[in-house]
Amino acid sequence: MSEFLQVVLSGLATGSIYALAAIGFTLVWQAAQTVNFAQGEFVMLPAFFVLIALHWLGWPLWAALAFGLVISVLVLGYLFKRLIVQPMLPSTGLPLIIATMALSILLKEGAKQFYGAEAQPYPPLFPQTTMSIGGAIVSMQDILNLVVSLAVVVALTLFLNRTRTGRCIQATAQNPQVAEILGVNTRRMVLYTFLINAALAAFASMLISPVYLAKFFNGETLGIVAFIAAIVGGFNQIRGALVGGLLIGVLDNLTATYVTASYRAALPLVLLIIIILWRPQGLLGTSEGRQV
Amino acid sequence: MRAYLKPALLLVGLAALIVAPLGQGNYVIYLLSSWLIFSIAAMGLNLTLGYAGQISLAQASFMAIGAYSTAILTLAGWPWVVGMLLGVVLCLVVGLLLGFPALRVKGHFLAFVTLAFNSLVFLVSRNEEWLTGGIYGLSGMPRPSVLGFAMTKNLPFYYFTLFVFVVFCGLFYGIVRSPWGRAFKALRENPIRAESLGIDTRRLTLMAFAIGSACGGLAGALVTPLVQYIDPTSFALGHSLRILLMVVVGGAGYFFGPILGAAVVILMPEFLRFTEGYYLMIYAVLVIVLMIYCPSGLIGLGRKLRDLVRRKPVDRGDLKAGAQL
Repeated sequence: MSEFLQVVLSGLATGSIYALAAIGFTLVWQAAQTVNFAQGEFVMLPAFFVLIALHWLGWPLWAALAFGLVISVLVLGYLFKRLIVQPMLPSTGLPLIIATMALSILLKEGAKQFYGAEAQPYPPLFPQTTMSIGGAIVSMQDILNLVVSLAVVVALTLFLNRTRTGRCIQATAQNPQVAEILGVNTRRMVLYTFLINAALAAFASMLISPVYLAKFFNGETLGIVAFIAAIVGGFNQIRGALVGGLLIGVLDNLTATYVTASYRAALPLVLLIIIILWRPQGLLGTSEGRQV
Repeated sequence: MRAYLKPALLLVGLAALIVAPLGQGNYVIYLLSSWLIFSIAAMGLNLTLGYAGQISLAQASFMAIGAYSTAILTLAGWPWVVGMLLGVVLCLVVGLLLGFPALRVKGHFLAFVTLAFNSLVFLVSRNEEWLTGGIYGLSGMPRPSVLGFAMTKNLPFYYFTLFVFVVFCGLFYGIVRSPWGRAFKALRENPIRAESLGIDTRRLTLMAFAIGSACGGLAGALVTPLVQYIDPTSFALGHSLRILLMVVVGGAGYFFGPILGAAVVILMPEFLRFTEGYYLMIYAVLVIVLMIYCPSGLIGLGRKLRDLVRRKPVDRGDLKAGAQL
């Protein structure tokens, strides 16, 4: 029983980090109809920005983290929107998807060429101690990862629901034309969404890299998990992506411990197909009008 | 005059393909063969992407299915044709099973399902050592022999590949020109109108995906005797992306687009060799630029340039909106 609790808790910790990536993915999808196939690489890259500040510039950890966050928002948020998404609008179909796929190759190869192909050790953010909860031994890092990512999600929800800007962002996502008529600066709101996505990816990157190490190919698995968490939870809601991420994290850990370790990566596929067959709108999603 | 132009160009192209490998070294012959093989896979994906408008990220794993079934059967002493047929049929069936749930819903679900499927095939080929040889892969597959001629040398095998390629192109052209293929095009151009004309769009998309996947199986069946060594990493996700890029760079929806795209993708590393590790980065940037300025690929770019040089009488501008409705 204590082992079970242990597995579930550490699954929740990883799952909450997946959820950050999935929420960003959902936000960008809603606001700009952009399916970002580079989302996994968006989570991979900020860790390298932090490492650059730490090792090349010799900054202290807190400054390096701030540097990573700022550069990520600038590059993965502003430049991504400005240089790739913007020139392609208003057509947001296949070409944009292909372009984000090419971008994912570019980022992955870039990290490999400019920083290194080996897994880079990444400084832990939290004390490496363990604590015991109801007989289960849980690492402090897992608990704090869970706490920090949930805090980020709560802060984001409060921002989107309680502030004027947040509500304008939501209005833009729901119906850009009407939002525009009502005086919302929709282009700016779309830009904000891209910046938020980049910040979420940076948070996810900083939390997950001490566990996974900073590897240039981290994005492959993280990307798939983020898409699938978003779809499983319901493509049109933050709550959905959160539930999807947590669910995948826990199920992944349970499969690895109790069923099979060599096929744990197959779990998202199975989950995805079950969800599509049973509830295509996702666990918490509301079905959108079918567009022919 | 124009009626003769196309067949004449095709004959010239075919003659060029026959002459190309003569007097060349083994490496060039190998490159040419693998160009033809990847063209087959890319043309199959073009059916899914260019004609039916759905993204599949699993073409490499369909190649894996074709390659492994051919390898296992030929190693057991069966002729190549049997392995190839088994691979193609398997891919068709898997395509149907995979596409059915994914195409039930609108949106880009097929992309996600095939993305995950690609990693599943990778896992199976890596973990099931009794069947696929695990990470060590399978090696020593014999090359097929036709009418008593063994294709152990590279040049005869190139001609064998060329023969399969030409037959495949004929079949593929038949599919595209058939009422069925025209329905695929109608689907891409205007799904609402296609549906209102009585076309079952969902079933057609599923068929396009399944047939496209079967083409991947055929390409895989040719890879096995070409390289005579296969392992899971030769069919990883990166290769699916490569095939996708072949289709897009060449021009999705054009018959010759994927063939041109495959040539670019396979030959570019040779020209960009001096850039060493930066090749993929340069390539990715070029694709992004191409997508921004000319989403219809190189063939589309060519047509744009041609229209610039040779000005055609344009339809009345205000009629265009009407034509799209």
